Amino acid sequence: MAEQNNLKEFTKGIVQYNPMFVLVLGLCPSLAVTTSVKNGVAMGGAATFVLICSNFIISVVRSFIPREIRIPCFIVVIAAFVTMVELLMKAYLPPDLNASLGIFIPLIVVNCIIMYRAESFAYKNKPLVSILDGAGLGLGWTLSLCLVSAIREILGAGTIFGLKVSESYQPASVMIMAPGAFIVLGLLLGFFNWRKLRKSEKSMKAYMKHD
Amino acid sequence: MIKEIVLIIISVVFVNNFVLAKFLGLCPFLGVSQKTSSAMGMGVAVTFVMTLSSAITWIVYNFILLPGDANIIAKVFPSIRELGLIEVLKTISYILVIATLVQLVEMMLRKMVPALYESLGIYLPLITTNCAVLGVALLNTTDSPKHLGFLQATVQGFGAGVGFTVAMLLMSGIRERLALVNIPQSLRGIPIAFICTGLMALAFFGFSGMVQ
Repeated sequence: MAEQNNLKEFTKGIVQYNPMFVLVLGLCPSLAVTTSVKNGVAMGGAATFVLICSNFIISVVRSFIPREIRIPCFIVVIAAFVTMVELLMKAYLPPDLNASLGIFIPLIVVNCIIMYRAESFAYKNKPLVSILDGAGLGLGWTLSLCLVSAIREILGAGTIFGLKVSESYQPASVMIMAPGAFIVLGLLLGFFNWRKLRKSEKSMKAYMKHD
Repeated sequence: MIKEIVLIIISVVFVNNFVLAKFLGLCPFLGVSQKTSSAMGMGVAVTFVMTLSSAITWIVYNFILLPGDANIIAKVFPSIRELGLIEVLKTISYILVIATLVQLVEMMLRKMVPALYESLGIYLPLITTNCAVLGVALLNTTDSPKHLGFLQATVQGFGAGVGFTVAMLLMSGIRERLALVNIPQSLRGIPIAFICTGLMALAFFGFSGMVQ
């Protein structure tokens, strides 16, 4: 039973509480770094690492943090891990990838997803479930980053993971610039809303028939 | 000098608008742009904090973090003169400066201008987690393409705040009208706001090339 609950804490972050399409949090990096799938994966990995570690530490020390000053405490913990990630990425990843992520790695500090999980989950739950929660939401965010960046890379550059999709396709470079990001994310959010609406309509109809 | 400052302001308000071209500060941009009045209040508060934090983080960067003779801490701990603290303490010190500043602004406003404090309400503490504020501090101190002086950094902070306010005001005007329009149900709210922002960003492309 406990194992099942743990599994649920992990999987809820992928669909039910998907940070990008359901919670609509952490928007700035989701748009800025999704020019190619490689960037999306790197950004998602970095944020997931910070999310898991900060969730763990905050959950471990949660009984020592007074309620009044919890936000500054969270920020210091998160900033420490962000600095670690920044140094690690500078050391091990290719320089061009680092350059394209730019200031968005230090900006993970103010990513609302991490703050939101610290405040509403890690501060109230045990370390193990907090780690699972962080891993699940991080994975969900990384997958959504991959989806957005795949669409933008295919339409805007005609490539995926740097490989050409089709010889005849003439890339529309507006998609990898700022306006493309906003429009792709807007349409994707609309699509997920539409699916949710249709589902609830269907279950409504089934319920009426059953009656 | 004046020409340079005017160029910085035009560049950061129109050409490299923080919201529309650099994707910074999107959460408050979408969260607080329902009404023009609250958009204006948020914009003014953010501009104020951005200007002050640009000035203070510039001082922190040049006199505490950077290696060299100007480093204050190096006077006590000589080993810091060569290395500096830039790699390890940049993010943490900046976010602490911003958080402290927001707290200070909040206390000052409550004491001195209670009316403005009341109208800003919840938006004031939220400025801490506005990535545009931290973003402008980081961009001011990356030294690429060149090292900015104190005045230029402060002006860039102020201009970024003005750019944010301009984008917020435009967006809130659009959204006030959108509320009256018949939109497909699944696109209502944030999706249509995003699509409008995309079109606005496309329009702001017209400014590119104005400043080299």
